[in-house]
Amino acid sequence: MSDLPSAAFPTTAKVVVIGAGIVGNCVVGHLARLGWKDMVLIDKGPLPNPGGSTGHASNFIFPVDHNKEMALLGEQSANQYRDMNLSVDSGGIEVARTQDRMDELQRRMTSAKAWGIEAHLLTPAEVKELVPFVNEDVILGGFYCPTVSVVDSLETGTVMRKEAIETAGLQVFANTEVLDVVTDDTPRPNGRRKVTAVVTNKGTIETEHVVIACGVWSNRIAYMADTYIPLVPAVHQMADVGPMDILAETNNEIGYPIVRDMDTFCYERQSSGSMEVGSYGHRAILHHPDEIPSNEEAALSPTEMPFTPDDFDDQMETAIELMDMLGEAEIKYAINGLLSLTPDGMPCLGEIPDVENLWSAAAVWVKEGPGMGQVVAEWMTYGNPRVIDSHGADVARFYEQEKSDEHIWARAEESFIKTYGIVHPSEQWGDRRHLVEGPFRGRQEALGAEFFQARVWERPQWYNSNADLVERYGLSEREVEWDNRWWSPITVGEHLNLRENCGLIDLSAFQIYELEGPGAVEFADYLAVNKVDVPVGRSVYTPWLTPDGGFHSDLTMMRVGEETVRIVTGVFDGGRDEFWVRKHMPNDGSVTFRNLTMELSTLGLWGPHAPAVLAQLTDHDLSQVGSPYGSYLDATIAGVECKLFRISYVGDTGWEIYIPWDQATVVWDAILEAGKDHGIRATGGGVYSLSGRIEKGYRLVGAELESEYNPLEAGLARPKVKAANFIGREAYLAAREAGAEVQCVTLSVEDNTDSQGRKRYMQGGNEPILDMFGDRIIDSHGRASRVTTAGYAPSIGKVLLMGYVTNELAEPGTDLQVMYMNELYPCKVVGSGSAFDPEDTRLKS
Amino acid sequence: MLLVILEHEDGVLVEAAREALTFGRTLAEKMGEDLEAALIGSGEDSLVEAAGQYGAETVHVAAPVELTDYSPDAYGSIVAQMVESLEPDAVLACGSSRGNEVMAQAAARLDAPFVANSLDATPGDDWLITRVQWGGSLLEDVTLEADTPLLTCGLHSVASEPGDEQNPDVEEFDAELDASDLITMVKDRVVQEAGVTLPTAPVVCGGGRGVGSADGFGQLEELATLLGGRVGCSRAVTNLGWRPHSDQVGQTGTRIAPEIYIASGISGAIQHWVGAMASKHILAINTDREANMVVKADWAVIGDLHEVVPAIIEEVKRRKA
Amino acid sequence: MKILVCVKRVPAPGAKINVTADGSDVDAAHLGFTTSPHEECAVEGAVQLVEEHSGEVTVLTLGPGESEEQLRYAASVGAAHGVLVEVDGNGWDPQRTAAALTTAIEGIEAERGRFDLILFGNESADAGGFQVGVRVARALGRPMVQGIKGIEASGDGSGEGTITARREIDGGFEVYEIPRPAVLGVMEGLNLPRYPTMKGRLASKKIEIAKLAGHADEGGQSRITLHRPEEAVSETVILGTGAEAAAAVVDVLDELGVL
Repeated sequence: MSDLPSAAFPTTAKVVVIGAGIVGNCVVGHLARLGWKDMVLIDKGPLPNPGGSTGHASNFIFPVDHNKEMALLGEQSANQYRDMNLSVDSGGIEVARTQDRMDELQRRMTSAKAWGIEAHLLTPAEVKELVPFVNEDVILGGFYCPTVSVVDSLETGTVMRKEAIETAGLQVFANTEVLDVVTDDTPRPNGRRKVTAVVTNKGTIETEHVVIACGVWSNRIAYMADTYIPLVPAVHQMADVGPMDILAETNNEIGYPIVRDMDTFCYERQSSGSMEVGSYGHRAILHHPDEIPSNEEAALSPTEMPFTPDDFDDQMETAIELMDMLGEAEIKYAINGLLSLTPDGMPCLGEIPDVENLWSAAAVWVKEGPGMGQVVAEWMTYGNPRVIDSHGADVARFYEQEKSDEHIWARAEESFIKTYGIVHPSEQWGDRRHLVEGPFRGRQEALGAEFFQARVWERPQWYNSNADLVERYGLSEREVEWDNRWWSPITVGEHLNLRENCGLIDLSAFQIYELEGPGAVEFADYLAVNKVDVPVGRSVYTPWLTPDGGFHSDLTMMRVGEETVRIVTGVFDGGRDEFWVRKHMPNDGSVTFRNLTMELSTLGLWGPHAPAVLAQLTDHDLSQVGSPYGSYLDATIAGVECKLFRISYVGDTGWEIYIPWDQATVVWDAILEAGKDHGIRATGGGVYSLSGRIEKGYRLVGAELESEYNPLEAGLARPKVKAANFIGREAYLAAREAGAEVQCVTLSVEDNTDSQGRKRYMQGGNEPILDMFGDRIIDSHGRASRVTTAGYAPSIGKVLLMGYVTNELAEPGTDLQVMYMNELYPCKVVGSGSAFDPEDTRLKS
Repeated sequence: MLLVILEHEDGVLVEAAREALTFGRTLAEKMGEDLEAALIGSGEDSLVEAAGQYGAETVHVAAPVELTDYSPDAYGSIVAQMVESLEPDAVLACGSSRGNEVMAQAAARLDAPFVANSLDATPGDDWLITRVQWGGSLLEDVTLEADTPLLTCGLHSVASEPGDEQNPDVEEFDAELDASDLITMVKDRVVQEAGVTLPTAPVVCGGGRGVGSADGFGQLEELATLLGGRVGCSRAVTNLGWRPHSDQVGQTGTRIAPEIYIASGISGAIQHWVGAMASKHILAINTDREANMVVKADWAVIGDLHEVVPAIIEEVKRRKA
Repeated sequence: MKILVCVKRVPAPGAKINVTADGSDVDAAHLGFTTSPHEECAVEGAVQLVEEHSGEVTVLTLGPGESEEQLRYAASVGAAHGVLVEVDGNGWDPQRTAAALTTAIEGIEAERGRFDLILFGNESADAGGFQVGVRVARALGRPMVQGIKGIEASGDGSGEGTITARREIDGGFEVYEIPRPAVLGVMEGLNLPRYPTMKGRLASKKIEIAKLAGHADEGGQSRITLHRPEEAVSETVILGTGAEAAAAVVDVLDELGVL
């Protein structure tokens, strides 16, 4: 079969995929494998190279990434290329010119171990042995990964497309420009529109599904449907220099390992007799999609924009330092190649929240193309991706403020240089802060709050005004700068003070929704594993599952009225959770949805003195009888009508207090005033999100709780399953039948001293949990044990870790090891419950 | 009077000169002036006769004995002298390499403006001229303010057509040349190939990057030979070193005007197109139905040239047999 | 051998060239800029002559300030000096351009001595006026031949001596032998220009570009507007797919009488 266009342009289809780059081709290929028919693939350019980013990609895959989604989808993609015999393992070396980078390479070794990827640290001489034209004098060492591969992305796309043509009758139309994406805008209770047709210069196709796989043009196509895919086309400069004899003599496309010169943000990749020198070191050069020339206007291709040599000169100089032969080679071809950047560096996959059946497969690079094509195809087929939890890439994750060009551009500008940068897991953005103005900002700034951003919200991580606690508790900074970065001993002081006295924590970033109407409770029950149909005033803490029975969310639902259910979820998951509700809610009018986030502010008041503090401000009975755990009561605090919700995420007794946004400061002031004699301190998120939580072993969505794990494994299964139907119920019942193979446990690091005698502090960045032989722990599904959360537990005096281990290793007291910065540390399983106050006596006081 | 400078070779008016006369007839009519022609270097009867067939009423012949071959300086000087002594209302030459050069030389001597490669001209106080830019991808409308407008007409911008046949008066033009005008006279001529050449071939078989290699042109050579034509190529191909530059069809190469141009594996970038657009017919062979060359062709075969061309060769051989 | 090459900065377009809304110029918003192809060969030719005979190459351009990019490009492949005659806007027709260049060349030669050879491109890629080099040569009183695809210099290339130049014609070539100092208009095909090396590029940033203001009286040709030619919309007849179309192709050839 050839790529020849079908004779007649279709008027209907089940699915129209826009974009025939690596992503669109892999989407149709995977959809065909999953049984889809009646598909149309269109591209405005010619085939096989329509002129998008695939056509000029450097086509190599370095499989090691600190991020789990990127690493596993990269590996998945690399394997798909291998399966098609369109891949060569060239090997690759990341070389270091600085000590900081050498430390980073130790971290890369750790991530390689986590994902089971072979890797070696090399001396400069060893680097030179593999790449004889390297100047070993300018480097300190290298990180060598033999399975770095070079792929043929254009041919892979062609093969996938042809497979879909042959097996599923895919129709392909090149040189077909999309003029409009039509939606049915009839108002519906879920607030979503529905995609209905794609208008092109060759005709209109009525369709059920549309997939936008348009690379750098994706946001422009989304805009046609009056929605967004937040990405911006950005320049990555690349020059092809040669020929060079030593390369030509290999007589193949690539005979030497690819070298990433990390500290100069460059790579050198052999391409037959020439070397491709690519750079991520130049200034961020961003373009609006409308500035990209058409195929016929472009001198090369639309995404191979005119080279701006001034931006490349510094990179050239440093490249010559590393490989002298480059200096004498001719620059045969040089481009400002376009690729896609998003505000948070992750792809945009999945159904677009405001338009039903409009799917995004965008901001995907060649290295992840096949895997992410599979993710989207599975998402369309099963309602969730099966190959991996993709919450980080979910296009629904974005808040409104993240969709503006201003934001996308500013973030892309800031993040471009981080492509090869050393990025700390807690690293904060410099620009585009305080996108949501919280009610307490002025007061928090007066207290010297160190804000950490959670998507668009700002949360004080600690307060510098609490610096005296460092002295009070005899605390100090950490020995190693990396461990100390984005951290302060003050957070430990705040923790200990909360345990001793009490703390007030700003939780205004909570995302709060209400379901209302005669069908609200029934619908709420359909979302949740646990029973939501509880008496008014009660709450339920519950997982929401994917259709496959893995975690989608984990949150609190409150019965606030006979026909009203309130949902409270974390800020990192707000976009995805709101979308989940809207996607599934009935459109018959029996349920209405409201987002109350900007109407309700939340404060957390916890600690042994919390009841005494709050008692000064209300007449209500605050005892465990008058205000039992898991229940809320309506109360007046300092004259403001609030809801007091007795709950805790930190392990000490207290309340989440829901306050009308515009009166929130009154309550803040009153509580701090009332707490003066009780040792109250404004307390940061470091305690709430990390140290308090990990001492109690509380699980977090996106860390412990992902769609690859179920409630049994997470230790969140209740003894019985409710009678009412809910999403994922069948899979959940089957999982209960089968039993859990792994368990989520807390581990304590028994000795965190490194080989240089320094105390080290794990960061929770997927560090591998290993057995006593230093081997990876892998279950029958291929899931590897790794650290999902790590943090110092001040009340225990140890570093605690959370993660999943196989049942036989989950026994309390089991000795295991954790790798951090390429060194092994002994640790012990604490158990699946709390390391601190396992009996919850403090909650009951 | 409109004076047309004619280009000739071996006693024959070159095609470009016939185009210039055809263009000139229309222009002279617009001016309401007579059409006269100038022959430099030779006043052979055959040339005068040909000029008459294309409507020249008078032919000025400048053939100084010392001028034994082409010399840009001498030719330019002669045209400048004609402007000064014959006082034409305008001077036109054809937009060939030589035509443009001679007019530039004359203009430089006269310190007068010169508009190259015109497609249309409207006489007036200031002339209004449409001319070629970017080899024909764009057109430029200009005004020309000159005592004697000097212009060339774009190569192949009109199809040559004989006019009302004249029996022209021949007027000898007594040109004065000094030694410096003869410095640039052609010293030697080297013939590299006999027979049909790329600019004059009735059939051109063009190949682009899609041919895949220098060897790949063997099939096109075979087809061209069978059809009495020549091989042409795109700029990409010469840059890759697969063919000599003299085979390049395009803005910076040769402008062809065959009966049929068979373009194989050529996408039809503008640079190439402007060199091929004067072809009377175009047949494109390409895997891409939407390639520029296919869209602009009269006929197309969709498919791999490596399969299509051998099949055509076989079919031609079969029918010729 | 002292050689001057005159180059022009032109947009590097794709398959379709757009014109600005007011028709005054090419819309270069999406375009990079380059040196006219003939002139790239001229620079290469000059560098090769200097490599053979020793000496140095100077490049000269008239254009906007950004034209410095083209001078540096020439430097990156071997030119030693760059001179920019800075002008802005349109209104620089061939006559005026030639006059300004002549003034500039006279100035450079007064300072640094006479050029043995001056190279121009046969015509620029964009305007295609076919005359600036000829006008400059005439103004300098030097012999000039256009359409050159081969250059050799006698002796060491400097001072007294000749330049032998080849001009391609239908089926062969003409040979010119002209005394120095000479001017040539060269064409693509003279050579395959080299690409700059990285070191060449980096070195080119260090050369000094002399900047002169461009002054000359306006010429007689002025632009009104640029526009795209009307394209004949023709329906392409698809003769078939693959090898099976051969018979239909030969039918067409037969019909045209070229069989």
